[in-house]
Amino acid sequence: MEAFLNHKGLVAPLDRANVDTDQIIPKQFLKRIERTGFGEFAFFDWRYLEPGVPDPDFILNSDRYKSASILVAGTNFGSGSSREHAPWALLDYGFKILIAPSFADIFRTNCFQNGMLTITLDKDKVDYLMGMASSPKYSGYQLEVDLESQILKDGNEFSEKFDIDPFRKESLLKGQDEIGRTLTSENKIDSFESSRIDRW
Amino acid sequence: MKKTLFEKIWEPHVVDQIDEDLALIYIDLHLVHEVTSPQAFEGLRINSRTVRKPNLTAATIDHNVPTSDRFNIKDPIAKKQIETLRANCKEFGVPLYDIDDINQGIVHVIGPELGLTQPGMTIVCGDSHTSTHGAFGALAFGIGTSEVEHVLATQTLVQKKPKTMAINVNGDLPRGVTPKDLILSIIKEIGVDGGTGHAIEFRGDAFKKMSMEGRMTVCNMTIEGGGRAGMIAPDEKTFEFVQGKKFSPKGSNLDKLMDFWTDLYSDENAEFDTIFDIDCSNLEPHISWGTNPGQVAGINSYVPDPESYSTPEEKSNAQNALDYMGLEAGQKISDIRLDRVFIGSCTNGRLEDLRSAANIIEGKKVDKNVRAMVVPGSGLVKMMAEKEGLDKIFTESGFEWRDAGCSMCLGMNPDILVPQERCASTSNRNFEGRQGKEGRTHLVSPEMAAAAAIEGHFVDVRNWK
Repeated sequence: MEAFLNHKGLVAPLDRANVDTDQIIPKQFLKRIERTGFGEFAFFDWRYLEPGVPDPDFILNSDRYKSASILVAGTNFGSGSSREHAPWALLDYGFKILIAPSFADIFRTNCFQNGMLTITLDKDKVDYLMGMASSPKYSGYQLEVDLESQILKDGNEFSEKFDIDPFRKESLLKGQDEIGRTLTSENKIDSFESSRIDRW
Repeated sequence: MKKTLFEKIWEPHVVDQIDEDLALIYIDLHLVHEVTSPQAFEGLRINSRTVRKPNLTAATIDHNVPTSDRFNIKDPIAKKQIETLRANCKEFGVPLYDIDDINQGIVHVIGPELGLTQPGMTIVCGDSHTSTHGAFGALAFGIGTSEVEHVLATQTLVQKKPKTMAINVNGDLPRGVTPKDLILSIIKEIGVDGGTGHAIEFRGDAFKKMSMEGRMTVCNMTIEGGGRAGMIAPDEKTFEFVQGKKFSPKGSNLDKLMDFWTDLYSDENAEFDTIFDIDCSNLEPHISWGTNPGQVAGINSYVPDPESYSTPEEKSNAQNALDYMGLEAGQKISDIRLDRVFIGSCTNGRLEDLRSAANIIEGKKVDKNVRAMVVPGSGLVKMMAEKEGLDKIFTESGFEWRDAGCSMCLGMNPDILVPQERCASTSNRNFEGRQGKEGRTHLVSPEMAAAAAIEGHFVDVRNWK
């Protein structure tokens, strides 16, 4: 996993609550056995009127957001299926940071596993960012994340500290392989196993 | 120190306390299927790692498998994914219940059938409906593919300790009202994200009186309320169910485990972080009208007016849902006409579900405008149902009788809705496009789905003949 360095990027708004992982990546694309190449299928049913024909009304199809790397969304983003194809699709599409009032548990963990940062903010703060990213006045609206100090800011009025588990923060900053880290305490797993009654 | 059921399972599974919130926990059972595992096995190969405990791992093929002509998989990408699982299981020594095995089926149906699912266990699978196994008093939850790889390699998982929630259900379920109706009404009550970050324990007499199948239906849909896990304290019914199966513990091993199992309940006055009290004595059959499992209404009510919601967000959610579902505010729920009926899934694809549905439709004919199908949850369910003659009852009514798999619950196999088709489904998700692009899903119990197939629209199964 790549280390998460400070990030500055264009913000795209997706003003909808309960965006489930079936919307982020529909089931017909889960049959592939690779981890890569899911970006072209992200939000497929919303994004295309039919395959190859983008829906001009879908916000992410607007030219303004073509190079966005930060997505601001409604509550309970990533609900439903545990498919890690959802963060794979978002990452491959270009999103590195997701901001919402809340995220579904499995989805959020899956994002961390792929070096993506999910930032949970109060709804009024998210609404503010949604407004800025949507407003024709602020075309090109960007946000900047400093993970070390846990600050999200726009360089003007908006500056907000966000929470993150210390373990997840360290893993992101180092780009650490979680399995590799666990295997460094393999002796603890060994002794745990030998201490248990045999269930099998 | 008073402990909750959750704490009694969590604590003895902590291998290493990483920090205040996070722990490395041991996993007792890891279920694997073809869709969320190929990248995990590939990760093991890239890093020259092995599966630490193949005997605590079990795999099956369920999501992609066709439910007719199943040995002839026409979709080349699905076929490759299935063949990849076979090759991975062989390479890493993981037991596989393949398409030709009587124990093949939906991963959450076969775990309990094989006796793999037991009280007090930690159980994971790369599938959000892993919460099903909580019906046995296990801590069971869905994980992503990176975590699947982590469990394969280490038999452990880094987890944030969830908060605890008690959902106390008071009263008895009225006649004709099912566990499905109960869980739909609970999700409506707590909201689709009400359980986020929580391990939920379902408590109350209604669950004590409920069959193991019913408990599985309830725990299965915990994730639809955002819950990390759903669980019900094991009792005599549980202990009886888990015995006499292929992997059931036996002899002195069983005696030792029984000491542990009989202590698996929340101590009196144990503290929960969040508590909901729900009365079920006046509950009626429920139907989802919207595009998330919290958008449900009783059979004798009406499609709600988006304006009746309090926040702008809820109003727009409801309006989006009505637009997608092709429904009008104020429309009577029982007037909703159907094109398709699907009975099956890890929510309602077990023998008891098929018996209940068969009981409703016996001697009646499916409405001429409806195409109805039954997909048993496993090969074993199918075999037992056929032994009882349920298949005949279904086919004589005009239902299609299929082979086991996930099927139209998520439409990864050829069983899908065409745009605008409207389906009464015993599955768990009514998300946009879930059963097929622009398909319209209404979640219901097997009994309600069966009666709707006969009438061509929803009816109150309690006073329907």
